[in-house]
Amino acid sequence: MISIENLHKKFGKNQVLEGIDLEIEPGGIFAVLGPNGSGKTTLIKSILGMVIPNSGSIKLNGKSVKNDWKYRNNIDYLPQIANFPGNLTVRELIRMIKDLRSYKKAEDERLIELFKLEAFLDKKLSNLSGGTKQKVNLVLTFMFDSPLIILDEPTTGLDPISHLRLKELITQEKQKGKTILITSHIMSFVEEVADEIVFLLEGKIYFKGGIPALKAKTEQPDFEHAIASILTTSYA
Amino acid sequence: MLKILKYSFYDLMRSRWSYVYFLFYLLLGLVLLFLNNDLSKAVITLMNVIIILVPLIGTIFGVMYYYNSKEFTELLLAQPVKRSSIFLGQYFGVALSLAMSLVIGLGLPFIFYGIFNSNAIGNFALLLITGAFLTLIFTALAFVIALTNDNKIKGFGYAILLWLFLAVIYDGLFLMSLVFFEDYPLDKFSLVATMLNPIDLSRVLILLKMDISALLGYTGAVFQKFFGTNQGIILSSVMLILWVSIPLISIRRIANSKDF
Repeated sequence: MISIENLHKKFGKNQVLEGIDLEIEPGGIFAVLGPNGSGKTTLIKSILGMVIPNSGSIKLNGKSVKNDWKYRNNIDYLPQIANFPGNLTVRELIRMIKDLRSYKKAEDERLIELFKLEAFLDKKLSNLSGGTKQKVNLVLTFMFDSPLIILDEPTTGLDPISHLRLKELITQEKQKGKTILITSHIMSFVEEVADEIVFLLEGKIYFKGGIPALKAKTEQPDFEHAIASILTTSYA
Repeated sequence: MLKILKYSFYDLMRSRWSYVYFLFYLLLGLVLLFLNNDLSKAVITLMNVIIILVPLIGTIFGVMYYYNSKEFTELLLAQPVKRSSIFLGQYFGVALSLAMSLVIGLGLPFIFYGIFNSNAIGNFALLLITGAFLTLIFTALAFVIALTNDNKIKGFGYAILLWLFLAVIYDGLFLMSLVFFEDYPLDKFSLVATMLNPIDLSRVLILLKMDISALLGYTGAVFQKFFGTNQGIILSSVMLILWVSIPLISIRRIANSKDF
């Protein structure tokens, strides 16, 4: 699905990615983890073409993503911060994003119902609360049927019910055979949904594999402690 | 690109500021016509206002819109849309809505006053075209500044400085150099210096068309002597088009290599 080779990225003097080699096979949920500033978002944005790497290659289904934009038709992306043009209403925003992917069918109505957004459809986006904006964000991401879904901190600001709905949604998409990439700092969430962990540390891939393998490697009984033990050893 | 343009334009058409800007011009036009009772004089006064104000509003609006829609731009960047289309679409959305406020806001009072039956119609049309051009130029420059500066405060600072430089300081330096080098032939120098500043260029363009030699000043006189009225107008129009296209090319180039 995605194959990344020797990816380097520098922001000014700050070397963020130092030679990432990563192979993501189609199907399943992959969690990209790592401490703050380890390059998770940079990696995701490089796949999306929002960050332009200094060197290295990213291929999606065997095709390089460099200088291309049509491949984004196959990706649904949930950005970390949801901020939309304040003068538009929710309905107009949804229509607009659908318009940009004109030939795709969208199932926005089901999702609007799922997240109980009907009452907000004609409200301006500037008047919505943070959590409601995140729900709109989720609708925009999940309404298309793309084979690759990338979620950057999807749980931010969500109430417990929506959180549950989100988990159901992710599981449903996985059952359709999609590839899902998630970053999150909420370890219980990751442990629940992820099939495989990609752990970034100082711009390199420190670990890639299943949760049991991670527990074995760190000799810790549970997932949260396993992650913590990587962090304490690396900080020491 | 047209889709992005359409949405940026709609977004701005609903913003309060577009209407404030529109109403300002409407009022300005009405008051000037009411006080002057003379179309040609009103056009000259308007020119002096437009030439300073339009660049200021263009730069501020351009920078403001870019920074305000930053997260939205990120949302668009993840969609299957070409990068340059996003930024050029947004640019034209801002520039066209500003130009529209100007043209309609000033146009309405003049139409009611009877501009179509007067011989000032040509001058007035040129004034509006120049104003629209200045909007296009300064919004484009604002986008270039905003794209190269991620820091809002810095971006605003540079934008204001650019306006201040081209609207005020440039003329001062220009005059000082004319006085300083008065022993040398300065025709070519002043021609080039005028063309390098879109604000001066617009002023000369309008005054050439209106044929008021008393107001032309030194550069205007040199322009007229060098090129005659028609050639001068063509040359300055070409320069104005260049002033729009060069920043546009930079927007494309910067947008294609920028990280978000």
